[in-house]
Amino acid sequence: MSMEEKQNSQTSLDFNQNIYKPTSREEIVEIVKNCYKKNIPLEINGLKSKNKIGRNFQSEKTLDLSDFKGIIDYKPEELYIKVKAGTPLREIIKELDKNNQQLAFEPNDFGYLFSGESNSGSIGGVVSCNFAGSRRFKVGSVRDHILGFQGINGKGETIKSGGTVVKNVTGYDLSKLISGSFGTLTILTELSIKVLPKPETSKTLVIKNPHLKKAIDFLGKALSSSTDPTGGVFYPDYFGKNFILNDLTHDGGLTAIRIEGPINSVDQRLGRLSKELSLLEQELSILDNEQSNIFWNRTKNLEIFKNLKANLLRLVLPMSETLQVIQKLKNYEIKYFIDWGGSLIWASFDQLNTKILSEIKEIVKKHQGYFTLIKVEEDLKASADIFTIDPIKYKISEKIKRSFDPKRIFNPGKMYTGI
Amino acid sequence: MSTLQMPKVDNAVMSKKDRIASDLRGIINSKNVLSNPDELRPFETDGLTAYRQMPLLVVMPETVEQVSQILRYCNENKVKVVPRGAGTGLSGGSMPLEDCVLMAMGKFNKIIEIDYENRCVVTQPCVTNLAITHAVQDKGFYYAPDPSSQIACSIGGNVAENSGGVHSLKYGATTNNLLGIEVVLMDGTVTKFGGKAMDSEGYDFLGLMTGSEGLLGVITEVTVKILKSPEVVKAALVGFPSIEDAGNCVAEIIAEGCIPAGMEIMDKALTKATNDYSKAGYPTDAEAMMIVEFDGTEHEVEAYIQKTKEIAEKNNSSSLKISKSNEERLKFWAGRKAAFPACGVLAPDYMCMDGSIPRGKLAEVLNEISRLSKKYNLPVANAFHAGDGNLHPLIMFDANDKESLRKCEEFGADILKYCVKVGGALTGEHGVGIEKRELMCEAFNDKDIQQQLTIKVALDPNSLLNPGKVYPILRKCAEEGRVHVHGGKTKFPDIPRF
Repeated sequence: MSMEEKQNSQTSLDFNQNIYKPTSREEIVEIVKNCYKKNIPLEINGLKSKNKIGRNFQSEKTLDLSDFKGIIDYKPEELYIKVKAGTPLREIIKELDKNNQQLAFEPNDFGYLFSGESNSGSIGGVVSCNFAGSRRFKVGSVRDHILGFQGINGKGETIKSGGTVVKNVTGYDLSKLISGSFGTLTILTELSIKVLPKPETSKTLVIKNPHLKKAIDFLGKALSSSTDPTGGVFYPDYFGKNFILNDLTHDGGLTAIRIEGPINSVDQRLGRLSKELSLLEQELSILDNEQSNIFWNRTKNLEIFKNLKANLLRLVLPMSETLQVIQKLKNYEIKYFIDWGGSLIWASFDQLNTKILSEIKEIVKKHQGYFTLIKVEEDLKASADIFTIDPIKYKISEKIKRSFDPKRIFNPGKMYTGI
Repeated sequence: MSTLQMPKVDNAVMSKKDRIASDLRGIINSKNVLSNPDELRPFETDGLTAYRQMPLLVVMPETVEQVSQILRYCNENKVKVVPRGAGTGLSGGSMPLEDCVLMAMGKFNKIIEIDYENRCVVTQPCVTNLAITHAVQDKGFYYAPDPSSQIACSIGGNVAENSGGVHSLKYGATTNNLLGIEVVLMDGTVTKFGGKAMDSEGYDFLGLMTGSEGLLGVITEVTVKILKSPEVVKAALVGFPSIEDAGNCVAEIIAEGCIPAGMEIMDKALTKATNDYSKAGYPTDAEAMMIVEFDGTEHEVEAYIQKTKEIAEKNNSSSLKISKSNEERLKFWAGRKAAFPACGVLAPDYMCMDGSIPRGKLAEVLNEISRLSKKYNLPVANAFHAGDGNLHPLIMFDANDKESLRKCEEFGADILKYCVKVGGALTGEHGVGIEKRELMCEAFNDKDIQQQLTIKVALDPNSLLNPGKVYPILRKCAEEGRVHVHGGKTKFPDIPRF
């Protein structure tokens, strides 16, 4: 037995297994140190709700963090919750519900898309992907709510940044950098997240409108008004029937704008908004709190793409460009809806190939946006760019990757070749 | 003169001063390279006036291309560079080094584009924070982060320091209101992080650069989001018989689901000083005084003010006044904004600290500060951005008395250490700079700091961009100075500090 093997045999971990399922930080450190020493690439997973997003890559072992879970500390009056990274989002939301609080960034639930049923994943996965829901334009992205974290870098060292207080400018803000890094920089162990009170009520103004151009106009006016909306979406005709609710019998295209806050104020603002948009009574419906929540949950859960067979792209653009981009995308077989008050397009493509993808890339680049391939056919996945990037940023990304994970053992190649 | 240990002076660079100056005059208009001592003097310090150092040279580039060429030149010739915006920073982030080229960005002073459709402003970095709001307010918009020095501080400096302000509880700090930046790295690479779209592809370099205190790149363009101005703004002025009551009231307001636009507390010492100084009409018998401000639509503000009133009464408030007009609201704030100069009247000097604590620890921390005040025999007054837990104790001392200065510095360091101990942070909004550099090991261990330094080296392998800032040189927790004000005179006495 070599010296190394002897050392390993003294630990509680069996390094011969292919899937590690640690329950403590110490175990994760040990695993990473071992992988670092032996150059073993690791695939890092939480609850696998989003692990299909990203490039295929070679990994020898899997680090499954689903047993590394639990709420460490929840202080409702301090507006934060500190959790282990493998904690299911569902459990966190359940705990926050008890105090009438929420994660204001309402992360997407990709379970419907990939497996036909809800799977909101682990909080570590939510942060690693940084996909925020409809309140994005109002409250920021997932990254804006991360107060601090603890993680393990590629050498097996435990590092931390930030803390639990909202105002903290001590050192580089690494909480931002690790958000949306798809597990390529650190293995997250603990996250401190800002929580906020739930609004007293939420109501939604639904405008019966099948026209994209008009929808963009409504959304632009609403977001620039002092009525302070917290959601703005457009669903074209083909998706309208997915939203039949008690107070919404219209089954065609619709624009929906959410207003939240104290009841009196919400009613006042709804009234003002419909006036500012010069809406006629027969053109609109108002969803009460319960129905409004159902509507926005379905949006957040991408339920219209449940069990989608086609490919799905997520395109982020300056609002002013959305109309033109969609008009160009209509050259392909697409179905889309618009979120974030006009700045986010979810578009499914019946047919996609490398040629079409590079055309889309050109369009999006020209209009100052970017896209992520969320769901893609397996044979295309091998050759397609899942995430866009320009050469200068790629070079910087390489350097940053190395500074965290010098031997590239964390999800190597999941975002970009060589990263 | 600074007694701080700074990075070793490069004598080879010092001896080549004339040559470097002439090379730089080849890159930019020669009148924009300053080299004689009279010209350099204005740049010897920033808002942290206790420390001064003349730079080797000052350059004032006018274009991004020039910034890039200068940085490339300095990188190739191993010359240190310190970037500087308006020079109002309170932690010494742009204090020069003896052997550095100070890059003064003052000529980048134009707003490039106002884009109402995407609700953003694209601007050069040395436009002041307030000028952005001024540029869009006729259309009913404003830029939310409002550091107290907003009439003078630059937006590029705000990005470098991730500046906050009174309203950051509701609207976030700079990082939450920023859409994009253009940056020049030390090797001269020009790149954009973010833009007019929300979020950006790949790693969040925008988030990394924000608050990096000029160590990772020089900002040459900034895109910020603008918000529609609230319809109604109202404030309540509340007195409490004890700090505990005030603290409980803050916690309960938050727990009830009201997020005020701003929530400030002053202790009795500061309330009295302020009242004597500005005749603000504050309740001087109260042990703690609070200003709570709400903004939004009429009904919304009314609902929150009503709730605040109930919560305040439940927490034994001794007085409560609600602003009936905008003038009255501004009067509530005028006293608060005079808090710092008011302290200047009470003692020859004061140091302004900037710790962050969990809201619920307010009473505990103030009791500890009061204990330390007795221990060091120095008076202290406390201002507190209560909503987001940002504490500004003002320690009064006499800088002409060396022992008094030493005690003040020790006192200050003890306060910050206590902030960290109760779960807070060394700095809430002023930045680490040179001021809190050696205290970093209170908040971080060696591995944490090493990870951050590795990032620095990845982007600036020769450590030439703003070295000696943020990260400890001594790697032992020496006590250093704070914002030092002598005889009530700050570097910019006309800029409000609160």
